[in-house]
Amino acid sequence: MMRTTRTARRGATVGVAIGSIALLTLTACGTTSGETAATGDAATELGETEGQVSILAWPGYVEDGSNDPAVDWVTPFEEETGCEVTSKTYGTSDEAVNLMKTGDYDVVAASGDATLRLIAGGEVQPVNTDLIPNYEGIYDFLKEKEWNSVDGQSYGVPHGYGANLLMYNTEVFPEAPTSWDVVFDRASENSGKVTAYDSPIYIADAAVYLMHHQPELGIENPYALDEEQFQAAVDLLKEQRQHIGEYWSDYLKEIQAFETGDSVVGTTWQVIQNVLAGSGAPTEVVLPEEGATGWSDTWMIASDAANVNCAYEWLNYIASPEANAQATEYFGEAPSNQEACEFRSEGSCEAFHAGDEEYASQIWYWTTPIAECVDGRTDVECVDYAQWTAAWQEIKG
Amino acid sequence: MTTNATAPAPVRGPDRDDGSRSAIRRPRATPARRTSVFLSTHPRMRLALLLSAPLFWLGLVYVVALAALLVTAFWSVDSFTGQIRTEWTIDNIVTVLTGSLYQTVTLRTIGVALLVTIIDVALALPIAFYMAKVASPRARRLLVIAVLMPLWASYLVKAYAWRSVLSQDGILEWLVSPFGLSTPGYGLPATIITLSYLWLPYVILPIYAGLERVPDSLLEASADLGGKTWPTVRHVVLPLAAPAIIAGTIFSFSLSLGDYITVNIVGGANQMLGNLVYTNVGAANNLPLAAAIALIPIAIIFGYLALVRRTGALDNL
Repeated sequence: MMRTTRTARRGATVGVAIGSIALLTLTACGTTSGETAATGDAATELGETEGQVSILAWPGYVEDGSNDPAVDWVTPFEEETGCEVTSKTYGTSDEAVNLMKTGDYDVVAASGDATLRLIAGGEVQPVNTDLIPNYEGIYDFLKEKEWNSVDGQSYGVPHGYGANLLMYNTEVFPEAPTSWDVVFDRASENSGKVTAYDSPIYIADAAVYLMHHQPELGIENPYALDEEQFQAAVDLLKEQRQHIGEYWSDYLKEIQAFETGDSVVGTTWQVIQNVLAGSGAPTEVVLPEEGATGWSDTWMIASDAANVNCAYEWLNYIASPEANAQATEYFGEAPSNQEACEFRSEGSCEAFHAGDEEYASQIWYWTTPIAECVDGRTDVECVDYAQWTAAWQEIKG
Repeated sequence: MTTNATAPAPVRGPDRDDGSRSAIRRPRATPARRTSVFLSTHPRMRLALLLSAPLFWLGLVYVVALAALLVTAFWSVDSFTGQIRTEWTIDNIVTVLTGSLYQTVTLRTIGVALLVTIIDVALALPIAFYMAKVASPRARRLLVIAVLMPLWASYLVKAYAWRSVLSQDGILEWLVSPFGLSTPGYGLPATIITLSYLWLPYVILPIYAGLERVPDSLLEASADLGGKTWPTVRHVVLPLAAPAIIAGTIFSFSLSLGDYITVNIVGGANQMLGNLVYTNVGAANNLPLAAAIALIPIAIIFGYLALVRRTGALDNL
């Protein structure tokens, strides 16, 4: 009996010890706070390069030949400027926002649903485009947009863009659909074989559809939805949910689903169609009459970048026709530089409708939905991204 | 209840007989010797030295991680900048407890975990019984290898294999279409099938170990007394094997409860608790809510383990 009590007491001592370790660790970790840093001014002139630069980007944006010896636009940059490049890739916009908070990166390539958050969080600094000679060559319709500029101040250099298209199986649809209604109001015709992009930002696709089919809602911009408009989009998606076979966010998963016929209609990217066409699958893509959502990526500089001069060198280099052509072709999107198409392989620019302003104007580029409506309305409060993510989980159920 | 730890050191063999202790040469007092003398007279010190390293490790990686998870659930996230606000709030817990989404998904997850467990036990019992009682030693070895074999392949490969098996033009469709049936396609049935396959070895092995311990003589006695197959199974085998079966269900139930990859690959548009945690960490960048959701399966498993503890099944793990 005595042994048991002693063991119990010892157990209690051990418990207290563990508890105090836990407490110590927690207090050590629990010092992060939510303050927002004020953004400084843009650089006015450039100095000596620092010899290195650290870059955070989507996969396929910063290739130094380590994945494929033939794909390398980093080495020429290093030779030209003497800035040694270290890079890290990320998988989602949210991951990018998180990684930028570490302060370890000088440059980031961010999509429109991350840029505004980075600016508001004080993670990136204004960019003086006068210091970037190649900025001149960027398509005008990509400059000074709400996802890369605030109050006329540019926060980065556009990189490439693309649309979320409608993909369909040509055996199920002998005639090309012209409207998104095949995945919304007429989704029941292919119930269980409809697919959609698995991200809260997909709510904007429903909003684009409602802009044309329920004009009485008065949606001006699919990323600026007030409570009522947002609810209509969510309801539409909840109805669509009954006919969804599966959602996709991994593009290889969608390729396989269209190859096997498990999905016959749904949103897609041009690069997916390129792969499917290569394997002879009976699929086509179309930009429906309502328009579509899309992405437009921006190269930005961290607010506390240690290597500002090298960062500017990179922004200039990646905006040059040659580098821009290589990087955007490798990823599968339209380039931002007007002359990039001369350096891309035959037909690749046409496949992505590069420079087609008419086509580009039908694309609603991903933008972070914030409470302050991005369409300029001031009389209502818009639904912010946190609520979009909550609603998205509810839609999936 | 004494252990060797505090028992006096046994007297050396040769010294015991001659009775005179003076014959023993006093050992030289090397530092190692002195330490060992010190430790043998201070059992608590010895225990502390022995356990501090593993306990520190257990405390740091296990208890602290769990505690950090618990604490995070009481924080919140700034919706725009995405930074964590370390002010105490129970909003997340309330959301998780009252939100219809979380209730639906929790019920769905428990349903899937229960069905997977039932299917696995139903499949594992006959296999384990055959292995333990019927098969020749040679066949038994081969069967053990066969059961363990799938564990050598990656979880992802197996899940994707089922994705292609269950697809519209997959092998299952080809097999059953002559009989007028069709593949269930991607969805909850596909998830249950795949999870049952994935966790089957973890259920077979404990049941096999448990049945092996059932003495053959009892089965023979039952037969001698006129017990037919079913009464023997019901009154002799099952009561003796019950703890082992429950040990097996702990594996399949808890592994299914936390899974999110399989349902992502073959589950169609369905989500389970794991997916909610995953999207809240990744897409939504809401670690506090993810932590609050993660508490649901933890609570369920603790409840299940508390129930199971009474049966003594935990001794069979």
